[in-house]
Amino acid sequence: MMDYKQILSRRIQEVPPSGIRKYFDIMAEMDDAISLGVGEPDFQTPWHIRDAGIYSLEKGFTKYTPNAGLSDLRRAICRYLKRRFDLEYQPIGQTLVTVGGSEGLDLAFRCLLEPGDEVIIPTPSFVCYGPLVSMIHGVPVYVETRVENEFRLTAEELKAAITPRTKILVLPFPNNPTGGIMHREDLEALAEVLRGTNIMVVSDEIYAELTYGQHHVSMANIPDMYERTIVINGFSKAYSMTGWRMGYVCGPKELIAAMTKLHQYGIMSAPTTSQYAAIEAMEHGDRDIEEMKQEYDGRRRFLVDGFRKLGLDCFEPRGAFYVFPCIRSTGLSSEEFCDRFLEQEHVAVIPGNAFGPGGEGFVRACYAASMKNLTEALNRLERFLGTL
Amino acid sequence: MKQLLQLLENDCTLTPAQLASMTGSTQEDVAAAIADYEKNRVILGYKAIVDWDRTHRESVTALIEVKVTPQRGDGFDRIAQRIYQYDEVESLFLMSGSFDFTVIISGRTLQEVARFVGEKLAPMEGVTGTATHFILKKYKEKHLIFPVQEEQEERFVLE
Repeated sequence: MMDYKQILSRRIQEVPPSGIRKYFDIMAEMDDAISLGVGEPDFQTPWHIRDAGIYSLEKGFTKYTPNAGLSDLRRAICRYLKRRFDLEYQPIGQTLVTVGGSEGLDLAFRCLLEPGDEVIIPTPSFVCYGPLVSMIHGVPVYVETRVENEFRLTAEELKAAITPRTKILVLPFPNNPTGGIMHREDLEALAEVLRGTNIMVVSDEIYAELTYGQHHVSMANIPDMYERTIVINGFSKAYSMTGWRMGYVCGPKELIAAMTKLHQYGIMSAPTTSQYAAIEAMEHGDRDIEEMKQEYDGRRRFLVDGFRKLGLDCFEPRGAFYVFPCIRSTGLSSEEFCDRFLEQEHVAVIPGNAFGPGGEGFVRACYAASMKNLTEALNRLERFLGTL
Repeated sequence: MKQLLQLLENDCTLTPAQLASMTGSTQEDVAAAIADYEKNRVILGYKAIVDWDRTHRESVTALIEVKVTPQRGDGFDRIAQRIYQYDEVESLFLMSGSFDFTVIISGRTLQEVARFVGEKLAPMEGVTGTATHFILKKYKEKHLIFPVQEEQEERFVLE
């Protein structure tokens, strides 16, 4: 008998499984369940983008692409970043096409961290940063953002978390799950703290297109920060392309070269069909983004309004597609709330503590769902709150 | 309030309360705006898109190209009016190109439609020719797709 506990690396055994998972396992048993749990657009990829992927197959484009991605795609990415976010990158040398934004994060951590190096991760945030850092013997340092600060990271919080071992600051904005965003002046305040240090910024901008009211600003837009910022982005959220696994990384040449080296050994090149579809998205997809965003915005207002009317405090999210209401007034913990809401009313939302320190007392509801489901979920929530 | 119209065009079952939340205004303002749109005929009506093929009711739809002689003084409007008054006529459009009107009509049977064209439309004064195309299968109407779409396996399923 093999004892796999002895065989599996200690590191991977120490990484906890995602706290989100169990809700979906329970939900699969219910036929009237409504999920506001999954963080995924409910739109299909626009047809012209899908069609471009199909067309590339018809033409027989089925081989590997250059390691860093098709040059047409890299050029399209750079034009897009300039057009929409005023970011200047060179297609050759400063741009790497990855398998989703997630690969970009993994590459950035691997290329920068020595064992024991610390990575400052504002939380609540997407669940992958800590485990990716831990797997390569880095040390995640979680910094709680607060609802009073609109879930932004403040200069004081950053300063307090910095030690001589700090190597990376992760900036997960627009934020999943809170919907918090960083304004230019917020980033400038952080920049003031970072100037003169060797701390690199890994800026996860996967929700950059989904901001409501104000335009996304990247840390790379801030004076002196370009040289220390790695911009991670992708096609999943902006173009509803989650299944295509298309992301990209832009940054200083030396770093992109290192990341490309690792990518070349681990991945070879991102999927060819997806890359051709991605070119179409970047060149002709601006309108799709606007349409989807407008649709999300209506649902966002509706859900925030709905939670507030039912007496739950709800921070108005400025980005992404989640609302993060506070459920402390119910007297339940986040997990109790989610367990009971699912059990009694068959609605899945995710406990805030799954997103790290600072998430307790909140739940995440995703509004990338139909108005019919959002309305029904709120009706069930009203009934549920009445039983508490 | 352009947003309100877009939301309603997409789904007219949204309630004033929902629309108020979604547009960040009050229920009263939404109700007033809708009343105004209805009064000014910006909104003409609200209807369900029905796939009759999924019911036991027979239904036949035809698209008819109609050529006419426009009338002095009234242009196409008078003859258009004579056509659209018929209950059978579902839609009527004035076209550019090689014919003048597209008439969409629906009836219970092929005969019913044929009778309408032969007895009412073709002999009408000013109509110089018709070409009738029967619709064999509906795939999409008003952005709604008729065939059931296959669904992909979700990311989170029991393993």
